Amino acid sequence: MSPGRYLATLALFALGAMAVPAHAATIQIVMENLVISPAAVSAKVGDTIEWVNKDVLAHTATANNGDFDVTIAPKKTARSVLTKAGTVDYYCRFHPNMKAVLTVAP
Amino acid sequence: MFVRLSIAVAALSVLTGAALAQGAKLTDPQIAHIAYTAGVIDINAAKQAETKASNKDVKAFAKDMARDHEAVNKQALDLVKKLKVTPEDNDTSKALSKQAADKLAELGKLKGSAYDKAYIDNEVAYHKTVNTALETQLIPSASNPELKSLLQTGLKIFQGHEQHAEHVAAGMK
Repeated sequence: MSPGRYLATLALFALGAMAVPAHAATIQIVMENLVISPAAVSAKVGDTIEWVNKDVLAHTATANNGDFDVTIAPKKTARSVLTKAGTVDYYCRFHPNMKAVLTVAP
Repeated sequence: MFVRLSIAVAALSVLTGAALAQGAKLTDPQIAHIAYTAGVIDINAAKQAETKASNKDVKAFAKDMARDHEAVNKQALDLVKKLKVTPEDNDTSKALSKQAADKLAELGKLKGSAYDKAYIDNEVAYHKTVNTALETQLIPSASNPELKSLLQTGLKIFQGHEQHAEHVAAGMK
């Protein structure tokens, strides 16, 4: 492959890769000092939730209805893509007083 | 101000049998020692509960306490190392350890749901005591801003523990 075609392919690939996130949003939900904020978030199927744990403690985002159960290590970020519509109450299994709600539109 | 202080001191004496109300201003090395000791006490109680508790919520709570207090104490150790502060043993730490050892022995004699209830009730009371001490004595006395900030973070975490313990206790009635 000539260098020119190689670059063109790369450029096309980059465009293709960029096209996907243009439709889906990334939404941050922060866990700090045993508080989830924002406490209520609206999103769409296909969006990515970035769970940001700013505490020195491990947290989870655990759906009451079993839709998701994400563990976020101390000072780490975890990501999950929303695949199902609905209003989901969730909490932290380690700190059950951390509660919030996620509303996912189709 | 004086009235409020003496109320706080009186409240502490009642709650802890004077363990946390020594009157004299605490130094940062003493504060670090007290905070660390308070964490170790709850970890020891949690380890006992992990083997003795029968209620699954109580067992899960104990696991959470061990995990969180170990994480916070690790932060505390990292900070004192960074600040080159050597935690200094003191009367408050000694009194706390003594009370905790007595409590652990007392709890050790209980079994089944009697143990579960006594452990969780003590966790509610213990976190209340520690949180009051943090708020009224340890945080205001801390000079180093990083130590103060760690204690403030600790307070928020332990307030969460207090609510969690109250919730578990309420579910057992």
